[in-house]
Amino acid sequence: MSGVSVIGTGAVSPAGWGVAPLWDCVLANQPVPATPLPRPGWESPLMIRRAPQWKPRPAFLSHPRLRRASPISSYAVAAALEALGPEADPASQPPERLGIILCVMSGCVNYSRRFYDEVLEDPATASPLVFPETVFNAPASHLAALLGATGINYTLVGDPGVFPQGLALGADWLIEGRVEGCLVIGAEEGDWLTADAFRLFHRQLILGEGAGALYLKPQPEHGTPTRLSAVTDPHLFTRDQNRRQAANAMRAQLPAPKPGELLVDGRVGVERMDAAERIAWKDWRGDCVHPKTVLGEGLMAGSAWQCVIAVEALKRGRCSVATVSVVGCNEQAIGARFEGNIVAADVSPL
Amino acid sequence: MLFSPSYRSTPKQRVAITGAGIVTGLGAGWTPNADGFRTGARAFRPVTLFDVSGQRVRIAAEVDLPETLPDLNMTVREWRRMDRAARLLLMATREAWAQSGWRRDPSQSLPIVLGTTSGGMSLGEAYYRQAIRQPHRHRGQPTRVLHYQAQQQALTAAEAFGVRGPITVIANACASGANAIGHGWECIRNGHATRVLAGGFDALSQLVFAGFDSLQALSPTQCRPFDAQRDGLALGEGAAVVCLEAWEAAERRGARVLGEVIGYGAATDGHHLTQPHPDGAAAFASMTEACHRADVQAEQIGYVNAHGTGTPLNDSAEASAISRWAGPHANALAVSSTKASIGHLLGAAGAVEAVVCLMALEGQWLPPTATLRTPDPACGFEVVTKPRGARFDHALTNSFGFGGANATLILRRNP
Repeated sequence: MSGVSVIGTGAVSPAGWGVAPLWDCVLANQPVPATPLPRPGWESPLMIRRAPQWKPRPAFLSHPRLRRASPISSYAVAAALEALGPEADPASQPPERLGIILCVMSGCVNYSRRFYDEVLEDPATASPLVFPETVFNAPASHLAALLGATGINYTLVGDPGVFPQGLALGADWLIEGRVEGCLVIGAEEGDWLTADAFRLFHRQLILGEGAGALYLKPQPEHGTPTRLSAVTDPHLFTRDQNRRQAANAMRAQLPAPKPGELLVDGRVGVERMDAAERIAWKDWRGDCVHPKTVLGEGLMAGSAWQCVIAVEALKRGRCSVATVSVVGCNEQAIGARFEGNIVAADVSPL
Repeated sequence: MLFSPSYRSTPKQRVAITGAGIVTGLGAGWTPNADGFRTGARAFRPVTLFDVSGQRVRIAAEVDLPETLPDLNMTVREWRRMDRAARLLLMATREAWAQSGWRRDPSQSLPIVLGTTSGGMSLGEAYYRQAIRQPHRHRGQPTRVLHYQAQQQALTAAEAFGVRGPITVIANACASGANAIGHGWECIRNGHATRVLAGGFDALSQLVFAGFDSLQALSPTQCRPFDAQRDGLALGEGAAVVCLEAWEAAERRGARVLGEVIGYGAATDGHHLTQPHPDGAAAFASMTEACHRADVQAEQIGYVNAHGTGTPLNDSAEASAISRWAGPHANALAVSSTKASIGHLLGAAGAVEAVVCLMALEGQWLPPTATLRTPDPACGFEVVTKPRGARFDHALTNSFGFGGANATLILRRNP
């Protein structure tokens, strides 16, 4: 096996359900309007960029496992099915040969908050239907059940830098022959509790919700579709390495930019949060997009959106190489790089 | 780089365990735990950490945590900010680290792979209570937000032992700890690292305790895995961490090798979010894959540390899977569930039970399920109920979780 291809992408975001609205929104660079999110005990609400209501209702929501599932499961499944494309049909591959890696930061917070609220009210009446949906791996489990997938299935938890780590893990499973295809999904759902927590650190920050997914397969012998070409080491935020140093270390590990290269960074439009990344890329001269400035801080969904945009830009001939920069919330800085089959001279810049 | 185009599958490395740390309701450290598991001691007592007056069940296997922890690269203030889960993790890591003889080397990357179901949940609960009861009071909230998150607990461990990752936190429900050790094994086996710190941790919390109680999964009597009259599980808390090391590297530095991880399997059961398929197909697949990768047959396994929660559905499905996997050798197989001693440690369970296997292999004894009286007829194998010695070289441990997460590890004795 000579490499790892990105066969498909999927997304749910405040721009809409699907990759197309995500792409259009990021290219238009028009922030999605934030909507009020009532916060118990406060007169004024928090603000959030919600994923819009689906229209029409996706067929998968009638699956028994998804009828009660929380929004994060719906987002993760929708993005995964879009990324799989025709291979979403369970008959398309042996069920034990599809790997699933779900990456989350705050995870199933809606039901966790609701269940704990019931426990505080009266533990004797807390709902046994809600509790199982609080576990981090519930969305990945629902997806596996829907697809009939019986193979390896991980849920990884951490800051948004975990999504590129998930890509590297999926690539490793493919290279080692552990799986024949691997879905890597980043997903989050909005909740006042998460918004309240982030507001303690950054008052101007507006969260977003949704999911992004990449479907990885071994690179074919012939043809050069979009491929994952690098994932840097995760550079941890520690006593000995602050955010700025970690971001610089990530940048230094990435190859020198090529003509026609696109940078998809993780800036959110809040200087205190963006400073490390802005400084790390201050000499960047190529095209650059900042999906989270228009979609909100989607946490793990946000870094997944970045990767989806990078792959889409390659597929649409808008760059020859796309680099994704993720300077996470509290854990690490990490970069990923994708390459396509278009030469710089043929690129139509963004 | 975590991934680059030059990555290729390389010849597989053997993986030694050169350090192991464990904290459970039986105590902190190898010796009290080995003594307890060998004799089938039980660690349950009334829950004191939160109010259980409204619950059906009011016991669990709590850990007695020390107020201070010396010999770590952290301040007293940092120690006090941490929740129980992080402290359990640090205690287990400290023991494993000391046993391995590893030295701090910030210039070297040392991956940390941890499994947990709920991270610092008790801090998350405290955050929520204050957020709704005193919505305009923020004192203490930022610290709770930061230390609630599992990656922060892993970062704390990295800081305490002077290592710089990468960090991987696997949250595959109650299989997480086994997945973490399995993933660490794969990192070394595939040539991505020479050393990995791997394990699992979880502390008791009100939300999780009430959750299992709401499902009526907690035993109102006594946790009796594989007993025909079993009526549920008991919860516990704890952590276990192992120092995994490429065999050749461990030999080169003259390290004492406690044992070897030789196999890992993982599979997903899509039957139900909380119930296994009655035939245990995913458990069977997980055990079969682990044996295949370990290049061992069922008859070579001398002891199975079963997931064995004590719930009617888990134990019958697992019994079916073990019987099918062992085939004609089932009647010669020794199986037990140490959850009868320490309860279900959720994200820590797989790692703790791997260390129990390591203890059993080293000491050549079989940990009993001391509460079993009448074996379930579905068990086509012996469930060990009395302490006894045994001669065996391979042990297998199963861990299954919500969401259909199934994981199996196989360990080999270092003669």
